[in-house]
Amino acid sequence: MAKKKSAWLKASAVLTYLFLYLPLFIVVLYSFNDSKLNAEWVGFTLDWYTKLFHNQKMLTAAGHSLIIGVVASFFATVFGTLAGIALHKYKLRLLPFLVLTPIAIPELLMGVSLVIFFVIVNQLIGILELGLVTIILSHIAFCIGFVAIVVRARMQGMDESLVEAARDLGASPFQAFRLVTLPVIMPGIIAGALMAFTLSIDDFVITFFTAGAGASTLPLEIYSMIKIAVTPEVNAVSSLLMLLTLALIVIASKVSPSALRGGN
Amino acid sequence: MALLEINNVVKRFGDFTAVNNVSLSVEAGEFFTLLGPSGCGKTTLLRMLAGFEQPDSGAILLDGKDVSQVPPEKRPVHTVFQSYALFPHMTVRQNIAFPLKMAGWDAKKIETQVDELLEDVRLTQFGQRFPHELSGGQRQRVAIARALVDRPRVLLLDEPLSALDAKLREQMQIELINLQKEVGITFVYVTHDQGEALALSHRIAVMSHGQVEQLDIPERIYSHPKNRFVADFIGQCNVLEGTVKAVDGATMTVDLKGCGTVKCQSVPNAKPGQAGWLALRPEKIKLDKELGRHDDEAHFKGRVHDCLYLGDVTIYMVEVAEGVIIEAMLPNNIPGVAKFFDDNDVVEVAWRFDAGSFLTE
Amino acid sequence: MLRNRLGKWLLSWPPLVYLTLFFLIPTTIMFVAAFRNPGDYGGLAPMYNIEDGKLVWDLTLDNFSRLVEEPLYFELFLKSIGYAGLTTLLCVLLAYPLAWLIATTHKKWRDLLLLMVILPFWSNFLIRIYAWMIILGPQSAFTKAVNWVVTGLGFEPIQLLFTPIAVMIGMVYVHLPFMVLPLYANLEKHDMALLDAAQDLGASAWQRFWKITWPLSLPGVFAGSALVFIPALGMFAIPDILGGTDSILIGNLIKQQILDTRDWPFGSVLSIVLTGGVLLIAGLGALVARKGAKRG
Repeated sequence: MAKKKSAWLKASAVLTYLFLYLPLFIVVLYSFNDSKLNAEWVGFTLDWYTKLFHNQKMLTAAGHSLIIGVVASFFATVFGTLAGIALHKYKLRLLPFLVLTPIAIPELLMGVSLVIFFVIVNQLIGILELGLVTIILSHIAFCIGFVAIVVRARMQGMDESLVEAARDLGASPFQAFRLVTLPVIMPGIIAGALMAFTLSIDDFVITFFTAGAGASTLPLEIYSMIKIAVTPEVNAVSSLLMLLTLALIVIASKVSPSALRGGN
Repeated sequence: MALLEINNVVKRFGDFTAVNNVSLSVEAGEFFTLLGPSGCGKTTLLRMLAGFEQPDSGAILLDGKDVSQVPPEKRPVHTVFQSYALFPHMTVRQNIAFPLKMAGWDAKKIETQVDELLEDVRLTQFGQRFPHELSGGQRQRVAIARALVDRPRVLLLDEPLSALDAKLREQMQIELINLQKEVGITFVYVTHDQGEALALSHRIAVMSHGQVEQLDIPERIYSHPKNRFVADFIGQCNVLEGTVKAVDGATMTVDLKGCGTVKCQSVPNAKPGQAGWLALRPEKIKLDKELGRHDDEAHFKGRVHDCLYLGDVTIYMVEVAEGVIIEAMLPNNIPGVAKFFDDNDVVEVAWRFDAGSFLTE
Repeated sequence: MLRNRLGKWLLSWPPLVYLTLFFLIPTTIMFVAAFRNPGDYGGLAPMYNIEDGKLVWDLTLDNFSRLVEEPLYFELFLKSIGYAGLTTLLCVLLAYPLAWLIATTHKKWRDLLLLMVILPFWSNFLIRIYAWMIILGPQSAFTKAVNWVVTGLGFEPIQLLFTPIAVMIGMVYVHLPFMVLPLYANLEKHDMALLDAAQDLGASAWQRFWKITWPLSLPGVFAGSALVFIPALGMFAIPDILGGTDSILIGNLIKQQILDTRDWPFGSVLSIVLTGGVLLIAGLGALVARKGAKRG
């Protein structure tokens, strides 16, 4: 219910929103700034974007990120959807633990255990050298849980009697799944897939551990640029990345308005 | 042979016995109701008829064949769910066409059949709508149309009116009766609402704790409840403790605790000395300042203890003896008079010997 | 039923196998690694040797005793807990008024206001940290404004970037949405009639908050605190980018042990202690949530 709110409350909320948005706004603003320093507004330019599109390392990294994002989100969506349905339908012991723990623990811990694992496997049987494949495998592992949660939420929101109605009206268990359950939870699956893609594209910590020297991604490239020298080229690539994420969110909200909140 | 026969069906969930050795049969074309409070096993029984649950023992015969282990999609039985369970991603037409598609009908025949059903439930212009674009009553009609479209042998209805408001519910009751007459399909209806059951059904099975307490036509269920549970569950009822004094053919004398002896209809196996209860409906009790005495009536003096004004009727609580209160109901049929008596008025109550029934359990 | 079991098998086995391979086994290996010796060139020494045809296990507790004997590590853990705790506290202070405002706003605006909290969270983590590098940099308008005030008060100008202050700002900035969402979810369910009743019975605005709203919102506060505290405890990127040499946290030490010095056994020991801390917090959170559920 709406109550009269004090000016203090409103002012603090406005300040908090400013706190949330001002930094991002500044990043975008300075990507158009005709100055090497992120300090003062000098004039408008698109130079940083032009430079970015001629930066071979950055383009390769972007390509890697895209490949990793597509492949990892595909498999994470398949496994996550199965897991989400299983978590809803059955009382299981091990699966909930395996699905939900990777989300709950600090990413760092997954990065540490995975890099040790990949190196040991590589030493033992010579496969899984650190690189694109290990990044993809790691991303699938930590995205499954997010997809599973969104799909499970969708399953929970589904009227149980829909499946019974389908069976009652002549559908086999498989037909009932294909014709009723799947279409009803599809918005959740799509939202989960978009979420997995965004998480994969954005991931820094786990990628940082499992990439080795073999492959670079956009966040890794941004990290090394930040560490070496801050130039507005970083602002440009950041702005583009934000634009991509925003586009994905708009798509997700069109597909399933409730999924954005259900996923967090 | 009855269309549907339920023989000694038992269903347990862990330690809980949901359906305890139920046997009953439903005739073709009948409107049959399972009535009882929540947890009495009526829904479990319905789910076993649909095929969602399998009985632990006993048999369910449809047209003489045991179907208790047949999966739901292979039974010529459809359900109207409490939530309607309309597929949210399909239009009204697609919903109604679903069972025909599952049965492998060809597209043309499906179209004409769906058109016919849409007309039957007066939703012709709503075919392209989605369920969330319909009102509660319309959704209900789609659910019924979808369940009737391929002419099942039996239609199961699981509290289908409970989601509707009171006005709409009454209207839908009339529609259900007419629809059932029209299509001639056997209806098995589950409800906890006794008014609904009395209004709709040809026969009612009153259930409690997984067992059938009484199975009869509505009039008999109401006027001659078989035991205290049925008397309490269906409508208002005075239940007066008493002991049989003498049995004399069709009538017997009962000593009502604290009041004295009255005559009532005798019940099978009643013997002098047997304890029980006399069940009396409040509207069958006469009440006035003074009442003439008749041989075939029980007659008591008392004092009005409380009055409940309900608009169309008023209920008077009359204390006829220390701690014995009889409820009598009088229609407020004289304009301008809300109450005929006030608290503490001295009045007389009376009822015919066949107005109530003596319950031994 | 056989059919039911087949469905269960088909649904749960693929994710189960995958996560066993790429989560459970790696984690187990990490736990075992804590008892192994470091390899000559980093990594791990063999777990056992064959000497005279006999199997000899090469396991040790040295890595744990190193942790206990060197007070530096203990201090680092305390410091990390302090940073995570302060982050949590600041997040509660910032998030509470905002969550309350959103929860009491007209339904029409709620979703938009909430989306505006979540939106920055979806932008890249590094970008959000990088933004503060710009704002807190020595040349920025913000730093100049701060130093104008500081020198005006008669102090020496201060540096913001690469200090603990920058780390704290980054930590709060990144984790704030995790606090707002559960708090909102809790506050939104409050029955506003309770506040009217309290006011009717003579409670002041301040009393209404402390006696009614705050105790009822505790489950939300605890849920949000767990969501902030756990990732904050294992954070390494923010101190790495925004902090100086004095704002190293346990996460940075782990990263350094695993990737730079490649002392995996000791890195694993540190990771295990971190896991223990996380489990402790999660367990406490679950306990409080269960208590809250019983009361509610």
